[in-house]
Amino acid sequence: MTWSQMQPLLHDACLDTLFMVWWSTVYTVLGGLPLGILLYLTERGGLLPNVVVNKAVGAVVNIARSVPFIILIVWLIPFTRLVINTSIGPSAAVVALTIGAIPFFARLVETSLREVDHGLIEAVQAMGGGTWTVIFKVLLPQALASLVAGLTTTVIALIGYSAMAGAVGGGGLGQVAINYGYQRQEHGLMNITIVLLVVIVTVVQLAGDLSVRRLARRTGRQPAPVGVRRLWSANRTPGPRKTEVTEVAPETT
Amino acid sequence: MITTSGLTKVYRSGGREVTALDGVDLHVREGEVYGVLGQSGAGKSTLIRCVNLLERPTAGTVTVAGQDLTALAGRGRRASGALRQARSRIGMVFQHFNLLSSRTVQANVELPLEILGLDRRERGRKALELLDLVGLADKAKSYPAQLSGGQKQRVGIARALAGDPKVLLSDESTSALDPETTRSILGLLRDLNRQLGLTVLLITHEMDVVKTICDSAALMKGGRITESGTVAELLATPGSELARELFPVGGEPSGPDRTVVDVTFHGEAATQPVISQLSRTYNIDISILGAAMDTVAGKQVGRMRIELPGRFEENVVPIGFLREQGLQVDVAGAAAGTDVADAAEALIQEGAK
Repeated sequence: MTWSQMQPLLHDACLDTLFMVWWSTVYTVLGGLPLGILLYLTERGGLLPNVVVNKAVGAVVNIARSVPFIILIVWLIPFTRLVINTSIGPSAAVVALTIGAIPFFARLVETSLREVDHGLIEAVQAMGGGTWTVIFKVLLPQALASLVAGLTTTVIALIGYSAMAGAVGGGGLGQVAINYGYQRQEHGLMNITIVLLVVIVTVVQLAGDLSVRRLARRTGRQPAPVGVRRLWSANRTPGPRKTEVTEVAPETT
Repeated sequence: MITTSGLTKVYRSGGREVTALDGVDLHVREGEVYGVLGQSGAGKSTLIRCVNLLERPTAGTVTVAGQDLTALAGRGRRASGALRQARSRIGMVFQHFNLLSSRTVQANVELPLEILGLDRRERGRKALELLDLVGLADKAKSYPAQLSGGQKQRVGIARALAGDPKVLLSDESTSALDPETTRSILGLLRDLNRQLGLTVLLITHEMDVVKTICDSAALMKGGRITESGTVAELLATPGSELARELFPVGGEPSGPDRTVVDVTFHGEAATQPVISQLSRTYNIDISILGAAMDTVAGKQVGRMRIELPGRFEENVVPIGFLREQGLQVDVAGAAAGTDVADAAEALIQEGAK
């Protein structure tokens, strides 16, 4: 296969992958953020404790998270067909991707919100703030850096899932790798798709890290490194910073 | 201004019941600084959190500025609109400041104004005014992480004042600060109390805080208030634990046949040279074993432990003299046995006559 044959194929596949990842991210945030907030609010000792809701939502989230994605996507085919009238192509993949990622992101949101100092919530309650005020003025702004880190991890997981979706007709780089790289033994093409995926993941991770660091610097605290960042930071983290030895000239009077 | 009656809070955890508050009756008058003193675990933190119903009392009522807050509170954990309205008129300052690190100093002070629904311009104006009041006008654009502890607490105070409260609750607001910063924060609270007529209820475990700014104080132990009153009243109460801790005087008698007397000065008597008068009138030598004098709420008060030569029976007349000067006199050692104390009391009464 020559480059001129590969080029349009890869171009379209890249766009499909980005399409799937972008829209599934949008829907995951729209679904996962409220779900995560609900989990946080309804837990025991939370702002709106409700054992029934908390356990029910928690159970659904856990079940959805324990089904392997490749099985989930197949299992969801009838549902996908119901929603958008087709079960093939990037749009169909977005449905499965979103449903797979919402529980994952909801758990990350819940964990991020738990890190917010309870004293801040109390302070806002003491000044007459209600639950909505607590959510929008305290929880979300204070957890923002951590939420962005969680979102970065989610997007990277979605990139991985989107490649799996490609295996069952979702389109994108995953489908190219399976159809051409595996079934037609086009090793060159396979390698190129892998490189492209690595590039996309790296760009997302770096962008996520950058925004997390910006947000964290403003608030003056350092969040724990998340996900791939740990791998990258291994060679970036400086050891004990060298303190510059400044020689103090003896004072002469 | 703040009245609690029969305030009780019982925590249940795993079948065990812990009584944090056990029928607390507290009365804070308008315009005073009231200190609740107690060790950790005494229930004072629960008490102050019950005043604005951050903690729901199990029984009893809380009235702030004539409004029965316990009646306003809806059922369940969520605060009713009426309670939230009432809370916005009660300022609260915390030990760990509780400032939002994601907001600038100015935006932190604006937060309660946002909740009150003021528009942007109005909020900015008010916030800067308040920051000016606490002496931090130049830090408006900084983030809390860039401030020192004392500065953070000043922001906390500015924020607490945003709703034009009549009442300020201070939950150990100086406990995380060093002594010098503590003094400056207490000075600020005192100024606000005088300038704005703010009623301040503060809880603390530091005796110095009470000494520095409180008009009245209460001592809390095991969920109950064991003593309360104005500082002058407490000093006048024989055997008051608070008075003893506020003005600790020590010192052992230098030998047998000596009488040790604790004298408490307050009001007019504090300005009279009573000790030298006593010495001259009865021609006796007085040694001072220990003394603590201070200015509390603008009045000089203090306690002194003096030693008179001779046994108690020989000193009945001089002690009577001290009583006549309007001083509170307790015979030390007599406190050991009540019989002795009663006998001493009777003798002094006779001597005075």
